[in-house]
Amino acid sequence: MNQIRTIMGKEWFEMIRNKIVFSVIIFVPLVMTAIPVLFLFVLSRVPPSPKDLSEISRMLGNPLFAGMTPTEAMQSAMSSNFLVLFLMMPLMVPVTIASYSIVGEKITRSLEPLLATPITTAQLLFGKGLAAAVPGVVMTWLSYGVFLIFARFLVSDRVFAVFANPMWLVAMFVLAPLLTVLAVNIGIIVSSRTTDPRAAEQLGSLIILPLMILFIGSLAGFIMISGRTFWLASAGAAVADAALLYIGVGLFQREKILTQWK
Amino acid sequence: MIQTEGLCKQFGGDSQGVKAVDGLDLKVNEGEVFGFLGPNGAGKTTTVRMLACLIGPTGGRAWVSGLEVGKENTRIRGQIGLLTEAPGLYERLSARYNLELFARLYQVRDVNGQVEKYLRLLDLWDRRDAEAGSFSKGMKHKLAIARSLLHEPPVLFLDEPTSGLDPESAKTVRDFIETLRGQGRTVFLCTHNLDEAERLCERIAVFRQKLIAVDTPDALRRRLFGRQTVVQLAPFDDNHQDGPAAFDALAATLRALPDVKHVDLLPGDLGGCRIVISLLDPAAQNPVIIQTMVEQGAQIRFVSEVKHSLEDVYLSLIRNGGTHPEAHP
Repeated sequence: MNQIRTIMGKEWFEMIRNKIVFSVIIFVPLVMTAIPVLFLFVLSRVPPSPKDLSEISRMLGNPLFAGMTPTEAMQSAMSSNFLVLFLMMPLMVPVTIASYSIVGEKITRSLEPLLATPITTAQLLFGKGLAAAVPGVVMTWLSYGVFLIFARFLVSDRVFAVFANPMWLVAMFVLAPLLTVLAVNIGIIVSSRTTDPRAAEQLGSLIILPLMILFIGSLAGFIMISGRTFWLASAGAAVADAALLYIGVGLFQREKILTQWK
Repeated sequence: MIQTEGLCKQFGGDSQGVKAVDGLDLKVNEGEVFGFLGPNGAGKTTTVRMLACLIGPTGGRAWVSGLEVGKENTRIRGQIGLLTEAPGLYERLSARYNLELFARLYQVRDVNGQVEKYLRLLDLWDRRDAEAGSFSKGMKHKLAIARSLLHEPPVLFLDEPTSGLDPESAKTVRDFIETLRGQGRTVFLCTHNLDEAERLCERIAVFRQKLIAVDTPDALRRRLFGRQTVVQLAPFDDNHQDGPAAFDALAATLRALPDVKHVDLLPGDLGGCRIVISLLDPAAQNPVIIQTMVEQGAQIRFVSEVKHSLEDVYLSLIRNGGTHPEAHP
């Protein structure tokens, strides 16, 4: 456990000294939290247009919005869409950290001395993985917390209750950690094939594409986000995690790192 | 302390694979500074990586500190220090943090004490809080050496420790390696710097995929070139027969002497000549040779022993694969 803690400490110490990584860890959650908060703020100040009202009147039939005013229904519906933004954090943050961490070690050739220590491969992988995953999950939950604090002052009790309903809780506490594991593994796999951390980060960031489709689809009204959506996504992420973890562990072996990684 | 038996490493499949190390048999004694010489791509780094349990052998067996490679890898890694060709430092972290990290990974008891000891020993204490990335190449190498010694390993692998360094930095690193002698550590030094090997190593191995030769530098010299005496002669005086013929006659006389292996006649300065004589026992035979020459009317300017450079030995071994045409038993 000490070895894992040592690796994590080193990773984080390096992370805060890497401006690119540090800015991603800070600014991505900041932006992803600011957008829904601003949206709630604007909606609480600007009443819905007549066109929006006719649209909302159809929504009010949904039990999710039972008893809500048109503005409240609008707020809860739109904010639920922005929930997808929160789920981008556990993908983007760990991919960036893992890419810079592993490719960075390849560039400075610091992996070989590290691999020559008595640390086991599992400890090293676990340490590096946790160092990338923990900020992803923590920043997601922190952003969710900040969003809830602002929402408390911007929306009614009825709307606020929506943000803590099972759909949001599944997304935050089941899907987000699963996505983090996915992102870490993608980061490791991509990093093993490139010597440019930016290329690794950009390649790894492609995993947000399904979420972007979900986000745009829900905004455009093609996809209705529900608790079921997130349960299904969680199941899919769990399966992908298992497969990618298997590949990641297979790649992260001393001999492969030293002789096969590009 | 380090022993290998038929150690092999092949990369790739059986048919199209590349054999990097082929049947290496080696024994390095405790406390010995052992040089492992070979050209680029000879398999030196692969050998070190196998012995450091970073990659697995495809054949043969090896032991480090009495522990078998492949069976007790984690324990072996705790017993060795490895200096890789590139320093491999965390450049955004301070020199001190770089060492503290590795001290913890090696589970050193007195982390701060050991870190301070080696930073001071390598003259890096004043720059302890500076980022390793701001160091010169020589300082980075020194920091990497400190890192490999933090846990006081009994076995140290140094892979090209002075490669790419300017002469001053290389000297600093070499001087430090010299201080490691006599500390009881076994040092396995991979290098193609022959002067470095000559100065630092008690024995050397010349290696290119296979072990070509292993011995002390002097023993290898003797094995390849025998012991040679060079005699510089002035021209014969006017009463004698003409110069070249007189030198030829003298050479023929010397060749006829017992235990003289080989005689070469080479042009010398100011009309004289140099005679290079390969002998089994120069200390016993030189007086006889000198006396014979004087009796033949030769005028001797200088007598000295031919000292072949390690470069001659190395190149001869590498070119001839261990069988030198003039090799002496």
